[in-house]
Amino acid sequence: MALVLDGVRVRQRGETWLHDIHLELSSGMTTLVGPMAAGKTTLMRVVGGLLPPDAGRVVVNGKDVTAISVRKRSVAFVYQQFINYPSLSVYENIASPLRMARFPKKDMDRRVHEVAEIMGIGDLLDRRPAELSGGQQQRTAIARALARPVDVLLLDEPLANLDFKLREQLRGDLKDMFRDSPSVVLYSTADPAEALTFASPTVVLGEGRVLDVGEVADMYAQPPTLAVAATLSDPPLNLLPGVVREGRIECLGSSFPSPGAHASGRNVVLAVRPHQVTIERSGSDVLEFPAEIRLAEVTGSETFLHLMLADGRHLVAQLAGTQLFTPGERTVAYVDPAHIFVFDDAGGRLLATSAAEVDLHG
Amino acid sequence: MTEQSVTVAGSPVGGEIVTAAAPQDGTPDTRASVKPKNNRAWFLVLPVVVSVAFTAVIPLMTVVNFSVQDIFSPDDRIFVGLEWFRSVSRDPEIRAAFVRTLLFSAQVLLLEIPLGVALAVAMPRRGIWVSAALVIVALPLLIPWNVVGTIWQIFARADIGLGGWTINNVLGIDFNYTLDSTDAWITVLIMDVWHWTPLVALLAYAGLRSIPDPYFQAAQIDGASAWATFRHIQLPRLRGVLTIAILLRFMDSFMIYTEPFVVTGGGPGNATSFLSILLSKIAVGQFDLGPAGAFSLLYFLVVQIVSYVFFTVLTRAGR
Repeated sequence: MALVLDGVRVRQRGETWLHDIHLELSSGMTTLVGPMAAGKTTLMRVVGGLLPPDAGRVVVNGKDVTAISVRKRSVAFVYQQFINYPSLSVYENIASPLRMARFPKKDMDRRVHEVAEIMGIGDLLDRRPAELSGGQQQRTAIARALARPVDVLLLDEPLANLDFKLREQLRGDLKDMFRDSPSVVLYSTADPAEALTFASPTVVLGEGRVLDVGEVADMYAQPPTLAVAATLSDPPLNLLPGVVREGRIECLGSSFPSPGAHASGRNVVLAVRPHQVTIERSGSDVLEFPAEIRLAEVTGSETFLHLMLADGRHLVAQLAGTQLFTPGERTVAYVDPAHIFVFDDAGGRLLATSAAEVDLHG
Repeated sequence: MTEQSVTVAGSPVGGEIVTAAAPQDGTPDTRASVKPKNNRAWFLVLPVVVSVAFTAVIPLMTVVNFSVQDIFSPDDRIFVGLEWFRSVSRDPEIRAAFVRTLLFSAQVLLLEIPLGVALAVAMPRRGIWVSAALVIVALPLLIPWNVVGTIWQIFARADIGLGGWTINNVLGIDFNYTLDSTDAWITVLIMDVWHWTPLVALLAYAGLRSIPDPYFQAAQIDGASAWATFRHIQLPRLRGVLTIAILLRFMDSFMIYTEPFVVTGGGPGNATSFLSILLSKIAVGQFDLGPAGAFSLLYFLVVQIVSYVFFTVLTRAGR
């Protein structure tokens, strides 16, 4: 099974929602991660045939399906909302795509029970959707999508409306289920933690463009651009301004060796994840930022310390455990330069490799 | 039991914590059951009580009063018990009108509910035509009832009315609502359908609009037909509004007065003499206040009972 998007462009109400998307996906699960309004749902609707693209082609198994109506395509769709037929029982809901596809009755019955067991709703087949909990309703919707073998299975933020315990449970189930699926499974999420948990091939989408494609762990460890780093960081990145000066980068009175080569005087953006900010000195080469404590949010296993730096900027430190602070007190935040991603003012990353090349040549 | 005001206040950040003192005589703690009594609520409810009394209770009681008396003049009246109820419920003219009205309501519901739902399904869900469709559909609802009657009285006339003339001279069907009872009945029925189907359509449209798009997309992906989409997605979501629509249309059509009064005046003969027309004839025309009172109360009771039955059946069906 293979799905190819070739230059897919979508314009709606005078705005471009998808900019010439090129993607090649193979069978098994692919995660589509991006913030709200990145174009995830639009992309899925194009793949599913619910929205005809203004330009480009959708190719499934070498066959151009762009002009084929959704009714004739081999797709299944799971929505963020729990979409089931309200007047039908769980059994009939799961059976409905099979009935439409004219499955023999015996096969249909076996298949319905099979997917219901997989989704853990085998004992709820007689109920109506309204009598189920949110998690059970979504399990029904997923079972409905799984019932009929399809070329492309689309899951659009299926766990976003569930509470976090159900979400984690179902996430684990889905990961096992789709890893070796013969279909192309496209799973979209706005939650970077979800993408990282699935650890499947990942497409990062932002403002209607493909920002990066690859292994999500690599992208998390070495984000190529600021947008990818921001998309894959939750809690959000801390951003600080810096200036390149003679091979070093200066930031609010501290400086460290630049990972890339850039002309002196060039402005850069320093990004550091909150869990890389400490308030205890961890080495000699760390950057120091004197700061005032504004707020400490304790979640139980973690404490989020909101700091105000000398120039009025905010910096968030994610500390382990419950730690108590008094707002208004002064402290010093430390950041190891090894954990700082440096981006140029266009959002591209300054990489050590390019610095090495410059050393060789210069 | 001792009256005591208890304050339990606590705030995590440096707030003062006041704990209730334990009852000193050693009786069990009665904190939960002791509440200061306050009669201010009665004072606030009083305006409602007075206005409801003046607009509903007293007029209704006047009718009850009329229904059990034979009134010759304001000073000359005798108590007759349930005599009027007995004679009214046995009156063949009233019985005929009751059957007629029930038949009319049934036909109104059978026509207006499916037609209104069909109209709502056909109306655009989005785009520039939404407002246009809404205005066009709502138009009949904005016309005063007696004007609706006048419009149809003229429209259906065989000699000068556009509708009546067309039926007679273009379609070649002999149609005259002033002479033929069936024609009169059809005229009044179509007039009601024209006037009130938009209400059902608007209610149903509001219900349909509340269905999220993904439901329709899911049906499309499954390859569901338009009928299956209607049956399994739209209709279940319409149950609530249709219950309201059926109740409103029943009550209103069962009490229809103005439009047939203007168009046919209840005729020809008794063909379109609905209960309300007969009632007004007895009460206002003949000034028989006793029978009219009994008639009104029975009428009122029937509307209540039928509405209750409809409501119960429709809400049960949803479970």
